Amino acid sequence: MKEEQNHEKAKQFGMVIDLDKCTGCGACMVACMAENNVPFKEDESKKLDSITWLRVYKLTNGKPFPDTEICYLPRPCQHCGGKGNHGHSPCVSVCPATATDYSKETGIVSQIYTRCFGCRYCMAACPYHARYFNWWDPVWPDGMEKYLSPNVSVRMRGIVEKCSFCFHRYQIAMDKAYYEGRGELEENEYQTACTQACPANAITFGDLNNSGHAVHELKKDKNAFRLLERLQTNPKVYYISSREWVRRAGDNYLKTEKK
Amino acid sequence: MSKPDDKTTGISAGTDSTEAGSSSAGGIEKGQGNGDSGFVILFFIIGFVASLIIGWVVFPKLLYSQKAQPIDFNHALHLEAVSDGCESCHLFREDGTYAGVPSNAQCVDCHQEVQGDSPEEKKFVEEYVAKEREVPWLVYSKQPDCVFFSHAAHVKKAGMECITCHGPIGESTSLQVYEENRITGYSRNIWGKNIAGIKREPWDRMKMDDCAECHEKEAGKRSSVQTDKEACFVCHK
Repeated sequence: MKEEQNHEKAKQFGMVIDLDKCTGCGACMVACMAENNVPFKEDESKKLDSITWLRVYKLTNGKPFPDTEICYLPRPCQHCGGKGNHGHSPCVSVCPATATDYSKETGIVSQIYTRCFGCRYCMAACPYHARYFNWWDPVWPDGMEKYLSPNVSVRMRGIVEKCSFCFHRYQIAMDKAYYEGRGELEENEYQTACTQACPANAITFGDLNNSGHAVHELKKDKNAFRLLERLQTNPKVYYISSREWVRRAGDNYLKTEKK
Repeated sequence: MSKPDDKTTGISAGTDSTEAGSSSAGGIEKGQGNGDSGFVILFFIIGFVASLIIGWVVFPKLLYSQKAQPIDFNHALHLEAVSDGCESCHLFREDGTYAGVPSNAQCVDCHQEVQGDSPEEKKFVEEYVAKEREVPWLVYSKQPDCVFFSHAAHVKKAGMECITCHGPIGESTSLQVYEENRITGYSRNIWGKNIAGIKREPWDRMKMDDCAECHEKEAGKRSSVQTDKEACFVCHK
């Protein structure tokens, strides 16, 4: 955290997801797929084949009725800053093709599809299963290719893809800012598709370093946690849950271990 | 004074010995087959020259098909008539995106009717304005899907002039022939006209290295963890 404050101008885009608000409706997943031209298969139940940049997981506390509780957990790419927040996230460190990169300017982990040759080291390195491999070329139903977004390039067979925090929206917003003679964005000018699609307002997106953005305060919530924090991957996606078993599910603990 | 002398004697001694060695070896070869090696060298030179001609002259001609633009536009003539330079027609939209090639709507104010005696203008008015069809211009700068380029960042933020990257197109009276790569479908302006890949002016070529060269020099940002240059996502999408 000290590291972050040293770079005053550097942005750290991140997300805070309130799991108490998430109903598991899946609108974020749909919005993400539509926004980012994510291909889908005829049989989406085949999870080794299907690609979901943002996946909603269902957690249960494992207790029998009537104590059963369920929590839905949306999981985008965590855009890890790595230990010490130097940008050495697990995937960036292992990529032999320089296809995935960490930007110190925005804190976003990028994936360049034309650069990737599909070795899938990054998939093995990512502890969050946020990366997906294209086993097939995308096939769009007749006429649907006309509905693809021109702002995101379509991926081909044999490469890895993942959530980009809708980086193209940042680029588009910056274009407008430059045109109007500004160098900085307002909080609402750059929001991801999933954030805007969430009907429960469970997802909040913004610059974690900017005290004017909502996420700056939300991440300090006493119930805030990140996934697998023990690995020191330093993710930029925070979760909030008032339920202790959910917070514990965010990491691996021994039965006897207190959080 | 003594040192140079030592050197010269040393060198001369060296050359003497090598000359002696080569002459004795050459003597044996000459004795065996003088004509054969001559033919080999001759055929090698012929083959070498032929492959150079094929690779540098014939192949590029085969690789690129030549297409004429639908209308031969005269930039110089129009630049005199407008008040705001390039941006009179090649303008930014209010959301900061760049409109690129103008649409007919920007032309019809003047070109509702044929004004002059140019056959190109007559064609434009009769074929496109009268029939309300947009001109299918061939865009020299069309890049692959994965490339993101922001005119706003270069023109508005960095304050660059159009001519810095595009060259003196405003002074041209005729559009250049559009050469399309038969394999990739992209314009030759991307790879560059020079078959050896030599670039003299910034507008000679539009490859990634050309973007990166200037970004490294001018922007000087080192936001990428992988390369210690500017991050990939700046230009890729």
